[in-house]
Amino acid sequence: MSNLSRRQFVTIAAGSVAAAGMVSFPFIARGANQKVVVIGGGSGGAIAAKYIRMADPTIDVTLIEQNKYYHTCFMSNEVLSGERTIDSIKFSYKGLNKYAINFIYSRAMNIDPVAKTIRLAGGEEVAFDKLIVSPGVEFKWDAIDGYNAEVAEKIPHAWKAGSQTVTLRKQLEEMKDGGTVIISAPPKPFRCPPGPYERASQIANYFKHHKPKSKVLLFDANQAFSKQGLFTQGWEKMYGYGTDNSMIEWIPSHEEGEVVGVNVKANAVIAGEFEDEYPADVLNIIPPQTAAKIVLDSGLTDDSGWCPVNQKTFESSLHKDIYVIGDACIAGPMPKSAYSANTQAKVCAEAILSELQGREMATPSYVNTCYSVVGDDFGISVAAIYRLDNGKIISVPDSGGISPIDASAQTRKYEVAYAHSWFSNITYEMFN
Amino acid sequence: MFTKILRYILFAITWLIFSLPVMAVDINTLMLVNTCVGCHGPDGSSLGPATPSIAGMSKFAFIQAMQEAKTNERPTTIMGRLARGYTDTEIETMADFFSKQKPVVYPQRVNAEKAKKGARLHKYYCESCHRDNGRKDEHNSGILAGQWMPYLKISLLEFLSGRPAPTKMNKRLEFIVDSYGKDSIDELVHFYASQKEQ
Repeated sequence: MSNLSRRQFVTIAAGSVAAAGMVSFPFIARGANQKVVVIGGGSGGAIAAKYIRMADPTIDVTLIEQNKYYHTCFMSNEVLSGERTIDSIKFSYKGLNKYAINFIYSRAMNIDPVAKTIRLAGGEEVAFDKLIVSPGVEFKWDAIDGYNAEVAEKIPHAWKAGSQTVTLRKQLEEMKDGGTVIISAPPKPFRCPPGPYERASQIANYFKHHKPKSKVLLFDANQAFSKQGLFTQGWEKMYGYGTDNSMIEWIPSHEEGEVVGVNVKANAVIAGEFEDEYPADVLNIIPPQTAAKIVLDSGLTDDSGWCPVNQKTFESSLHKDIYVIGDACIAGPMPKSAYSANTQAKVCAEAILSELQGREMATPSYVNTCYSVVGDDFGISVAAIYRLDNGKIISVPDSGGISPIDASAQTRKYEVAYAHSWFSNITYEMFN
Repeated sequence: MFTKILRYILFAITWLIFSLPVMAVDINTLMLVNTCVGCHGPDGSSLGPATPSIAGMSKFAFIQAMQEAKTNERPTTIMGRLARGYTDTEIETMADFFSKQKPVVYPQRVNAEKAKKGARLHKYYCESCHRDNGRKDEHNSGILAGQWMPYLKISLLEFLSGRPAPTKMNKRLEFIVDSYGKDSIDELVHFYASQKEQ
C-alpha cells in the first residue's frame, strides 16, 4: 500500500470492483446462468432464440436444429412455378452467430419433462431450465392408404420445403403439355391454410406460360378454404376458372374431393366415398397433419394432436417450463403461418425473460400477415391483430381481414411487391 | 476511510447496473413495435423491395399515416386492416419509438440520368419542404431519401389521384407532370432512391 497514493488505490479499486461487478453481478443475483433451450430453427424457434439473447445476454441459449440450412415453406410455391430458385428460399444460420447462441445441429428425439432433459438422435442429453419447442408439423402417414414417407420421395408432399420442392418442380418441368397434376389438400387444421390454393395457382401460372393445355385438379378434404373468394376471382381472371377450359378445377369434399388413398403403380389418387381412382401425370399429396413427432412422443399434445398452451405465455398446459410455439401449438384463432409463429416467439421470449428476470410481463401483442401470389400481378393477403382477453387470444374486432374483393388491378399488383417485401424482411429477421 | 470510499463506489456501480434497463426501451413498447418489424424491417428499416421504411419518420407523420389508413382516407393495401387493430395510445407509442430510429438505406438500382433530372425537379419544387434532398422530416412528410422505389412511385401516383396532401404539394405535383411529362414522376423516384446515408 505504501507505494500507492490514495488516488491510485481508489482508481484501481474502482476499476476492479467495476470489472468484477459487471461480470458477476447477474450471477450473484440468480445463482447461476439460466439455460434456455429451443428446439427447431424455423419462423418461431430462430426468433425466440435470438430475442432472448438480444434482451438478456446472461441467459444461456441453445438452439437444436436438424438441418444446417433452412428452406422456407413460404414462397416455395414460387419455386414450383419457376418464378424463383430453390436457393432463394435457402438460408444458413451463420448470420445469428453474433448473438452467441449455442447451435446443436442434431435431431431432438424426446423430451423428459420431469428430468428436464432432451435426448438427441446421437443419444446425447441436453439439460434445460426452460424449453421452447417450435417443431412444426408431422404428417399422419396412416391417413392416406398407400402413401408413406418412402413413397413421398417419389410422389412428393413438398409441404416442408427443400428436396421435395425440387423433385416436384422437376416433375412439372418434365410433364408433357396437356398433362394433369393432382394436388390433394388435407382436412383442416394444417400448416399454411391458403398454401394448397396458392400452389394450384402458381402451377397453373407456370402452365399458362409454358404448357397451356395442361390442368391442375385440386382435390380437397374441405368444403371451403382460406381467401376463397379472392382466389376464385384470380382463377377466373387468369386461368379460365368456371369455364370448360379452366386450368384449375377444385373438387371439394362433398363432391368426392377427399383423397383417401394413392395407387402408386397407376400414379393415381383414390378419392371420395366411392373410392374412385383418378390418374394424373404428376401427383402432389399434402397429407393430413398433427403437431410434430417430438411433441407427440413427449406428451405435449392433447386429443386433437396439437399442443394446448397458456395463451399469454405459450407454456404448455401439460408440462411446466416447456413452451410450444408455431404450427404445433393451439393459439386461439391464429392460423398456422410464419408470421403467427414470429409474433408468438416474441411473446413467448418475453414471458420467459420476465419470469427469469423476476418482473412483470409486457402486455402480449400478436399479429398475422400472410400473402398469396395468385398469378402475375395478382397478390392477395389476410391480416389480423390479436390480443389477450380473459386468458384467450382474440382477434381485435373491426380490424384485420382479407384484401377487398373489389380492389383495383393496381392494388393486386402492389400486393405482389409487398408479398416479396414481407419475405425479405421476415427472413432477414430470422437469420440475421 | 477506504471502506467508506469502497462502499460509495460499490453503491455507484450497483446503481449504474440497475439503471441500465431503465434507460433501455420499455418492454411494452418493444412488444408492440416488434410486431411491425417482421414486415417493416429491423427497427423499421425495410429491406424492400417495396415495403416502406418507417424508421426516422416524425411522430406526427407516423400517427397521421396510421389514422388515415384506419379510415381508408389514405389508400393502403394491408396497413388499414392492421392499423384498425391498434388503439390511439398504442399508435402513439409506436410513433415515438420509430421516430427515434435512424433509417438504414439499402442500395437500389438507380438510373443516373433519371436521378439527375429528378434532382433538378426536387430542387425547384420539393426541397423547400422535403429539405436536405428529402432526408429530413420536418414537415411531417416522412423521409423520402433512400426510400424504396416502388413505394415512392406508388405514393406519388396516389397523391396525383387524390390522396390527402398539402394544397401546395398537390398543385406543384400537377404542375410538374403537366410541364415535364409523366416521366417526371419516375425521375423524382430515381432521385430520392439514389440518396445515400449521411
